[in-house]
Amino acid sequence: MTTTVTSHRTRPPAQPASLRARRLPWYAAPAIAVAALALSAALVYGIDIGGPVLVVVLGAVLYLVGLFAAANAVEGRRSARNRTWSALIHSAFVLAVLPLVSVVWTLVSKGTERLDGNFFQTSMNNIGARDANGGAYHAIVGTLEQVGIATLITVPLGILCAIYIVEYGRGKFAFTIRFFVDVMTGIPSIVSGLFVLAFWVLVVSPWFNDGRPSFSGFAAALALSVLMLPTIVRSTEEMLRLVPPPLREGAYALGVPKWKTILRVVLPTALPGIVTGVMLAIARAAGETAPVLLVAGGGAAINTNPFENNQSSLSLFVYQQAGDASKYAPARAWTAALTLVALVLILTIAAKLLARRNRLSR
Amino acid sequence: MAKRVSASNVTAYYGGFKAIENINLTVEPKTVTALIGPSGCGKSTFLRSINRMHEVLPGARVEGSLTIDDQDIYDRDVDVTAVRRTIGMVFQRPNPFPTMSIFENVVAGLKLNGVRKKSILEDAAEKALRSANLWDEVKDRLGKPGAGLSGGQQQRLCIARTIAVEPQVVLMDEPCSALDPISTLAIEDLMFQLKDKFTIIIVTHNMQQAARVSDRTAFFSIEKTGDPGRLIEYDNTQKIFSNPSVKKTEDYITGRFG
Repeated sequence: MTTTVTSHRTRPPAQPASLRARRLPWYAAPAIAVAALALSAALVYGIDIGGPVLVVVLGAVLYLVGLFAAANAVEGRRSARNRTWSALIHSAFVLAVLPLVSVVWTLVSKGTERLDGNFFQTSMNNIGARDANGGAYHAIVGTLEQVGIATLITVPLGILCAIYIVEYGRGKFAFTIRFFVDVMTGIPSIVSGLFVLAFWVLVVSPWFNDGRPSFSGFAAALALSVLMLPTIVRSTEEMLRLVPPPLREGAYALGVPKWKTILRVVLPTALPGIVTGVMLAIARAAGETAPVLLVAGGGAAINTNPFENNQSSLSLFVYQQAGDASKYAPARAWTAALTLVALVLILTIAAKLLARRNRLSR
Repeated sequence: MAKRVSASNVTAYYGGFKAIENINLTVEPKTVTALIGPSGCGKSTFLRSINRMHEVLPGARVEGSLTIDDQDIYDRDVDVTAVRRTIGMVFQRPNPFPTMSIFENVVAGLKLNGVRKKSILEDAAEKALRSANLWDEVKDRLGKPGAGLSGGQQQRLCIARTIAVEPQVVLMDEPCSALDPISTLAIEDLMFQLKDKFTIIIVTHNMQQAARVSDRTAFFSIEKTGDPGRLIEYDNTQKIFSNPSVKKTEDYITGRFG
């Protein structure tokens, strides 16, 4: 039996004589790392060509070379390649995470200075350049209202649009819609702001405001909607396509109408993914500055009415404080940035928990 | 309960491709009928056209007439969902709804069609699970996810789900092909019991299975790839497997082709 199988192959693979092979001891990799760093430090400081960053970079390169050489000598070529590639992949991961850790660390270390009750209870109204107080209450209200309204507009619209594309759309019309959703994904936020400025603030808002154009939080929400909609449509579409067709057929075969199948079988199955997409869109919208500046105008006072007058938002607050001449402004900007990140994080975690509660599988 | 299914001149297409041509066949109530034949001969297509699942795929359509107790299911004013409630279907791979518990899976057909009352649903669930020989295995964990059961249990769950809506005909598309011999045996036993109440049509690649479970057997075949599938022979199972009247059937069941 075995002979017939091997005779079919043109070139049987070389069989190792033994299943055991020589291995580097467990301390080899850390030892090579330490040696590489030491050598690199000696080189860099010896001829005085740089600082600690260069030491680490050069050390990493030396470590890869040394690891390959050592493994090649002891374990053989295949194993040496394996070790080098694993080390490369791990370094890629570290490189990717490094900026993230750095951002979080900067935010937390600089943002906690003004993380006090006053910051969350006051606005910037009547706060002068020499005033150490002042807070972001008005900006938090603005962000919550604008993003909230934008979410209320885009989530139903986006999910329905995705359902149309996946479940009902056939032919040219559905293709056109998909195409324009793709195009919309690439719209710069300033363009969406300009669109709402030209359309809503300058043309429509005078109808409600005695003929004078007016900034409003609602206009900002509209601009954010334009940005959120394509993200939600595309992510929901991908998630709906991932729902296996046999699930739909199973429901059809029970005599369940199509709309009910979508509502009760397809959407719940895709829900966790849809929630992730919506949260991504919300996070993106909450971080937008330009459209809010263009159509809500910003402002120092608390304005809880999104339909009238200027409103600020957290990202706009960060922008304005970061550019402010007051020596107290940067601390306020950092704390506002930390607040914004925390807000998005809390929303994301809450949404994930809610979506998971309904999911039974696994 | 059980009804007679009869097809006359049924031809089905996928877009421009003709998958089956001029199928004429009558299935008597309270019998098990097996559809056998080589891959691609259109047995599944024919099965799916019996409860109008064929047309779910884009571009797919059916010609000819299919009646159940003299009602043409392809009539213009026929409600598709009513047809599918009357003619249930079990698929090749178990497909329990992943977001639903075992209980919810069994009563999904009732619940999604508007039955709300808990006592009715509970009775129906127990009855269906007992009929599917699954009650004893799951009665203590009805709230657990349906996807957590083993493959054979999942398939019996899908059968329970199908019979919970009390159809008159049950179609099975290779229900055991993804299962081990013990689960297969459980489902074959189940078919014997269900025969008292339902008309069962089963597609199978396993000829021993066809011989074991069915009263009548229909043999489908194609001339060559790309040709539409045709019904070659339809007779009592005993006769098909012992003394078929067409040479091609004999060749197939003795393993000479296919």
